[in-house]
Amino acid sequence: MAKIIVVTSGKGGVGKTTTSASFASGLALKGHKTAVIDFDVGLRNLDLIMGCERRVVYDLINVVNGEATLNQALIKDKHCDNLFVLPASQTRDKDALSKEGIEKVLDELDEMGFDYIVCDSPAGIEKGALLALYFADEAIIVTNPEVSSVRDSDRILGILSSKSRRAENGDKPVKEHLLITRYAPARVDKGEMLSVDDVKEILRVPLIGVIPESQAVLQASNAGSPAIHLNGTDVSEAYKDVVSRFVGDDKPMRFLDAPKVGLLKRLFGG
Amino acid sequence: MSLMELIFGKRQKSAEIARERLQIILAHERNGRTGTPDYLPALQRELMDVISKYVRVNQDDIKVQLERQDDMDVLEVNIVLPENQR
Repeated sequence: MAKIIVVTSGKGGVGKTTTSASFASGLALKGHKTAVIDFDVGLRNLDLIMGCERRVVYDLINVVNGEATLNQALIKDKHCDNLFVLPASQTRDKDALSKEGIEKVLDELDEMGFDYIVCDSPAGIEKGALLALYFADEAIIVTNPEVSSVRDSDRILGILSSKSRRAENGDKPVKEHLLITRYAPARVDKGEMLSVDDVKEILRVPLIGVIPESQAVLQASNAGSPAIHLNGTDVSEAYKDVVSRFVGDDKPMRFLDAPKVGLLKRLFGG
Repeated sequence: MSLMELIFGKRQKSAEIARERLQIILAHERNGRTGTPDYLPALQRELMDVISKYVRVNQDDIKVQLERQDDMDVLEVNIVLPENQR
């Protein structure tokens, strides 16, 4: 069975699409056949982050409506052979998606032999977000160390445990993973930012990784190449660690401490 | 502790304030989530249907509330009957 993972957060702009792109790419780099689906109907952006925007012909809603086959709509990733992108539609019709329609698409992906299906949720708690998480086996909750993001993540956790298919059927609950993004250790040290431990303690969800605040993320989105491919950057390393932990490897947390500032730099700045 | 802090007293760090605010609001919201089940609006509508068979009441005259008191849930139904009834 394909494992379905939703990347969700409640709040917008915290790094869901960045994470979906890098996480799905990381799974594919490890040799798993992976699909990543954009659920943000009307405001698709995963195609831009993955760098395949000019190859979009058909989208998720075309497939649901039977206007295109899944094979026609899936876009093969330019970096990884076993990664495929299913873009969202630009239509503004919110009712275009239904549980039945999505279930059919997910079942078909499973039959095609996909190991992982990553669902990139839109922000908010409207239909698109609810559908993105409904079928999930596991969830990555993307959270910034900031009050509104933490509060919205808590809200989404409540929805996962009450409105998902697993919750409705009384199955084993959706397995939750906390991913803290845009983390700035130097600011944490100064007492200006919630620490990893603060967020963990408040949300009470096992931590799967910490992605440091970095200019590399903007560079990656400028270039249309998921940040995990920017080898040598801490963001790329952090996402690779997340994927390893997800598939069961034991990796210690990194990038939790601010780089040491030398005496000269402290005296003269720089 | 620096000299300034000794003189002016220690100011609370903003991250600490954030943590405390979050702990309070989330404790409150988590309670609210379990305290008001999804069926309350439907219950209110159906009660309304039954009651309006016998008495003429407005939608606003029926209040259904679930309150948590220690280890007990109290379902409170409040119906205001019109004065010129009968």
